[in-house]
Amino acid sequence: MMYIIAAVLIWVAGWWLNVRLANGATSDRMAVKFMIPAIFGLTIVIVWELLVRGFEVNPVILPAPSSVLLRLVDEGPILWADFRQTILKGAVSGYVIGTVAAFVVAIIADRSDFLTRGILPVGSFMAALPIVGTAPIFVKWLGSDWESKAAVVAVMVFFPILVNTVAGLKDTSGMQRDLMRTYAAGYWQTLFKLRLPSAAPFIFNGLKIGTTLALIGAIVAEFFGSPTVGMGFRISTSFGQLALDMVWAEIVVAALAGSAFYGAMTWMEKRVTFWHPSQR
Amino acid sequence: MKSVLPVLTVIAAILGIWLLAVIPMNMHLVADQAQRDGAVVQPETPAARQGLSGAALAVRNPALIPLTYSFKRPRLPSPQQVAGEMYETIFAKKITSKRSLVYHGWVTLAPTLLGFAIGTGLGILLAVGIVYSRVMDRSVMPWAIVSQTIPILALAPMVIVVMGSMGIQGLFPKSLIAAYLSFFPVVVGMVKGLRSPSAMQLDLLRTYNATGSQGFWTLRLPASAPYLFASLKIGVSASLVGTIVAELPTGARAGFGARMLVGDQYGQPLVSWAALFAAALTAAALVGLFSAIERITLRRMGMAAA
Amino acid sequence: MSEPQSVISARNLDLTFQTNDGPVHALKGVDLDIRQGEFVSFIGPSGCGKTTFLRVMADLEQPTGGEITVNGVSPREAREARAYGYVFQAAGLYPWRTIGGNIRLPLEIMGVPKAEHAERVARVLELVELAGFEKKFPWQLSGGMQQRASIARALSFNADLLLMDEPFGALDEIVRDHLNEQLLKLWDRTGKTIAFVTHSIPEAVYLSTKIVVMSPRPGRITDVIESPLPKERPLEIRESAEFLEIAHRVREGLRAGHADD
Ligand SMILES: Nc1ncnc2c1ncn2[C@@H]1O[C@H](COP(=O)(O)OP(=O)(O)OP(=O)(O)O)[C@@H](O)[C@H]1O
Ligand SMILES: [Mg+2]
Repeated sequence: MMYIIAAVLIWVAGWWLNVRLANGATSDRMAVKFMIPAIFGLTIVIVWELLVRGFEVNPVILPAPSSVLLRLVDEGPILWADFRQTILKGAVSGYVIGTVAAFVVAIIADRSDFLTRGILPVGSFMAALPIVGTAPIFVKWLGSDWESKAAVVAVMVFFPILVNTVAGLKDTSGMQRDLMRTYAAGYWQTLFKLRLPSAAPFIFNGLKIGTTLALIGAIVAEFFGSPTVGMGFRISTSFGQLALDMVWAEIVVAALAGSAFYGAMTWMEKRVTFWHPSQR
Repeated sequence: MKSVLPVLTVIAAILGIWLLAVIPMNMHLVADQAQRDGAVVQPETPAARQGLSGAALAVRNPALIPLTYSFKRPRLPSPQQVAGEMYETIFAKKITSKRSLVYHGWVTLAPTLLGFAIGTGLGILLAVGIVYSRVMDRSVMPWAIVSQTIPILALAPMVIVVMGSMGIQGLFPKSLIAAYLSFFPVVVGMVKGLRSPSAMQLDLLRTYNATGSQGFWTLRLPASAPYLFASLKIGVSASLVGTIVAELPTGARAGFGARMLVGDQYGQPLVSWAALFAAALTAAALVGLFSAIERITLRRMGMAAA
Repeated sequence: MSEPQSVISARNLDLTFQTNDGPVHALKGVDLDIRQGEFVSFIGPSGCGKTTFLRVMADLEQPTGGEITVNGVSPREAREARAYGYVFQAAGLYPWRTIGGNIRLPLEIMGVPKAEHAERVARVLELVELAGFEKKFPWQLSGGMQQRASIARALSFNADLLLMDEPFGALDEIVRDHLNEQLLKLWDRTGKTIAFVTHSIPEAVYLSTKIVVMSPRPGRITDVIESPLPKERPLEIRESAEFLEIAHRVREGLRAGHADD
């Protein structure tokens, strides 16, 4: 009972603090902008911990954050090995392959208006499909190690990046194209000096969508066969052993990896498209 | 309408590549089978054949090429095999049959739509909260954005199992995942949409001394329509993907995801492929439906849709 | 002969756009000669084909009839020889390049040796009075400064012909006066040939050695006025009797173009 009362109190206190901060005079400071969601997140974690203890929730259903944290610390080497297998080998290599392939196809498509008009609708159609469903097929074709994961990831990220790149390459104003024409600029000069830079915001949009897809593809594909290492493998086996805290530890790693991957792309986007109104 | 021909060309190209790929992909299996049936195959031992690529094998045994298109358990089925299987399981089977894809489709679609409706409803409510409450905006919005970068979908099967162990089964667990996946895109899109009116438009309402709710119903909500539809299209396909992934490795007996897995495990690749394509068609139909609603609504509202 | 050679020469030029609601005669039977070193203004009501004419000179639009040469060759050959600089109505600077980077853009495309870039950029920035702004990004400059930067961009590769389509159309009167003065000085100093589209009668009279009055539907030239004003033109010249006399003639020409439509 104590725990539950404490949970309610902490929730109220956290919310009150945030109300004060958000409506206070300092609410537009960078630090405060960062603090408010942090307090919110922390409040939730503490309330979760207290509620799990107060209601004595079965750890097979929902483990306490503290036991997840313990796992994170204790099982560091295993988590690291899983991270390397799934994220570095599977997700990142597939992401790179898919991105390069998408760029190549986009630039080929871009040379002909006919192809562009065909590829844009087909590509956006494909981007909305449940491509993860091909995971069992790829595992069958390429075996259970990271190659099959990379293939799934490559196909998943290919279409959103393709569509965004093709659309971005079309997104120059008539005046900008005319200007290049008055310079008698060639195709490649126009591509590198005008169209790729102005397509950058679109391309990064596709790249950012791709980061999450890459992790999903790499983890889900492991459910269909993997060596005895990998985040998807660990999640499903820990599950079988009812070690939910380990599952959650992997979730935390996946969340951190996903945010870091996305964050890296956002950072690159900021550096490359600093000129775009949305970044200023 | 002038993109019909280009689209058909691209589709034809994809089909062509697929048709070509069928030969090398299935060649080894076909050669092994043909030898067992007593045909003469070059080279003669399976081990020697392993050393060759599928294409090289096809060149040496041109007579076997037609067989790659009708092989019973292909690595890569031919388009006509997939189409045949789909026809068979969609039209030729009774809807109540366990082999009917319509039946399995409904098993997947029902939780998708339920979850999507819940997720969208809650998403819109949260978006309104975020736009009107500074605290909500500052504390929840960053997490809503961060949560989109987390591969939650990968955990869908686990959620199903946990809820199953708690005795919750059927429609609800899958709907939960579908709801979750459509929730955040709707929140983010709707917040953008509700904030899209310009300062000038808002000032105009202020000169009329309009109340907050008048501002909401006459300006913010209509202005958010294009954003809402964009999110709905993302959300509905995310919901469907979520439901399918939830069905994949959880021992589900019915649904597209279950069919994909069953086909895979019992050596019936055609079943997997038919389920995959049926899922694709369903996703396309859902997105197409929302595009149509979008076009009609926006035209009625006088915001010419693209 | 000491007669300067012809830079633009149009004979019976036609351009018809095929649109969904029938053909639009943007140019019909246009005859014009622009000689080296002239400053020619094009003036006329909206839609009379001024932009179209300039775009034909720049090979951005293909005439449907008649003939036109630029520097004695076809517009296409002139464009490929990088014979002219074009200034659009909006500055159209690339936001991802600094002012200096924007001015270097044509130099990079035309393969001007790298070693010359810095010196050329500095020189044209000097000409448009933007020295010191090289490292700034376009969005950090005012509209007038951006437009001057776009003129600098057109000057950087030393083309002898400048085609300017309402370059100052979006600017306020004071900035406009100032830029007009600067443009005249620049023209005087460099001896370039300039074709200049404008909506403003005083601007046309103040700048030009020759004023071409056009009228719409179909787009054609109704009057060509040679200006007797001296090359040296302080802003005050706009109050002189001579100036008002030419302005009057231009206005008459514009009115005549309207009367018969
Ligand atoms: N690409 C095009 N397709 C069809 N019609 C066009 C096109 N470009 C111009 N026109 C038409 O040609 C005519 C002349 O246009 P132009 O742009 O040359 O006029 P303008 O004199 O520059 O007008 P303004 O002063 O408004 O800039 C107009 O009637 C216009 O509608
Ligand atoms: Mg014009």
